[in-house]
Amino acid sequence: MQFGVFTVGDVTEDPTTGTTVSEGERIKAMVRIALKAEEVGLDVFAQGEHHNPPFVPSSPTTQLAFIAAQTSKIILSTSTTLITTNDPVKIAEDYAMLQHLADGRVDLMMGRGNTGPVYPWFGQDIRNGIQLAVENYALLRRLWREDVVDWEGKFRTPLQGFTSTPRPLDDVPPFVWHGSIRSPEIAEQAAYYGDGFFHNNIFWPITHTKRMIDLYRQRFEHYGHGAADQAIVGLGGQIFMRKNSQDAVREFRPYFDNAPVYGHGPSLEDFSRETPLTVGSPQEVIERTLSFREHFGDYQRQLFLMDHAGLPLKTVLEQLDILGEEVVPVLRKEFAALKPAHVPDAPTHASLKAAAQRAHDLETIEEPSR
Amino acid sequence: MNEKVIAVVTAGLTTPSSSRLLADQLAEAVRDELSGRGIGSRIELIEVRDHAHDLTNNLLTGFPSASLREVLETVTGADALIVVSPTFSASYSGLFKMFFDVLDDQALAGKPVLLAATGGTERHSLVLEFALRPLFAYLKALPVPTGVYAASTDWGPNAAGLRPRITQAAGELVAALHHETPTATDPFNNPTPFEDLLNS
Repeated sequence: MQFGVFTVGDVTEDPTTGTTVSEGERIKAMVRIALKAEEVGLDVFAQGEHHNPPFVPSSPTTQLAFIAAQTSKIILSTSTTLITTNDPVKIAEDYAMLQHLADGRVDLMMGRGNTGPVYPWFGQDIRNGIQLAVENYALLRRLWREDVVDWEGKFRTPLQGFTSTPRPLDDVPPFVWHGSIRSPEIAEQAAYYGDGFFHNNIFWPITHTKRMIDLYRQRFEHYGHGAADQAIVGLGGQIFMRKNSQDAVREFRPYFDNAPVYGHGPSLEDFSRETPLTVGSPQEVIERTLSFREHFGDYQRQLFLMDHAGLPLKTVLEQLDILGEEVVPVLRKEFAALKPAHVPDAPTHASLKAAAQRAHDLETIEEPSR
Repeated sequence: MNEKVIAVVTAGLTTPSSSRLLADQLAEAVRDELSGRGIGSRIELIEVRDHAHDLTNNLLTGFPSASLREVLETVTGADALIVVSPTFSASYSGLFKMFFDVLDDQALAGKPVLLAATGGTERHSLVLEFALRPLFAYLKALPVPTGVYAASTDWGPNAAGLRPRITQAAGELVAALHHETPTATDPFNNPTPFEDLLNS
């Protein structure tokens, strides 16, 4: 099982001090968080992509490449890559390039983006969101898998004799997760291709998340990629920890009360009951996270949101220390002990390359008998 | 066995409120109308005021709390609705609208609805026709032709005029119950196959 952090990249005022970091400081802070994530032994760093204030990360591959140059183990991912408003050709090129620079430590999570005005800024219409995700991703897959592509679709100018360069590292395209909060069509898409499905459940009740994941698992089996419990599932989490529960609640409450998305709404206690938000001791975070498995089955990737709502970098880095030292080692052990042998781990570049090699060897062995 | 479930959504703010008073009389009339036809009924009364915080939270977070979810399911699962709003600033109240804003926009499709409103003066009575009726038309519900508006005077000197309107509207709601309510297809139980999405 993989553990990691994902960041939205919001620039939000710290409600306890009234200070707001600059865009430059926030970008550098995200890099520090990624480096810290590797240092404390996490497996994944994922960042969002946004094209409107108050968010900074419009160019994820620039930032991820900068991080790749300073790390050696951590997988670099996205949360999410906008499959609707980006040109799939540019996604194919950018992430293949990143794959080479990062020696294969790259995967992506596709998302549609829910901000209406962003679509027209990129020549699209949010009402076509699902269709854009379906068509653009179908093209992206071909660009990574076929050396020369002829293609014509509804949303992008046609391609004739096009080769996306560089070709994916070792001819193995990056693994793709599809993220969606509430669209069954995206769970269906992930299942159809046998890709991963990530439900960013951090703002949602379990009943809702369960419907989406159950649908994905059931359709994964329907499309013949394996049994439902072998589907590749990822989940979010939102935590804030201190040694004593009460200290965590006291320190986090002003950030919660003023946070974008849910601030000025439900109480921290109500929201913690309804969603995965866990503010408390490391032990409470361990117990809550282990309980996800009881609702959603064995899963492959757990990402935590650690750095939003104006939390200062110093605090976030302390949180990562606690996560890496006290929480994740226990979770790794507990989850591994519970996971049946037939449930796979999340694919990595190495495992996908080995699988491709095995498929190639099988073909070579079978050929003479034909 | 043939029991009909009537959900009553009333958005009065005071306790007791004239909206609640009207809601009770409408519910009683519908119950009588049904029992006159040998049909049992269960009245589910919802005071929107009791869920005001949860409604705000739902707007902010995008999902209902467990207790609000139960209330919303009562409404979407009912055979018919009676809705009552006080008239505020020449329209339904904001709290009344919030209740219907957090419902899925297909959730009331095909459902018979009795529209009712209260106000301080008769001069607001067309609020039923220019505010409530378009809202329920948008939601693809089936509002019955007679709406019931009660002004302050309807509880005193004009009470004799209110009674026949209540009976008329209740009769129309019960008659509308014979309509077959279309059942929406559940995209989780019946997902669109991906080949169809690819080819659409």
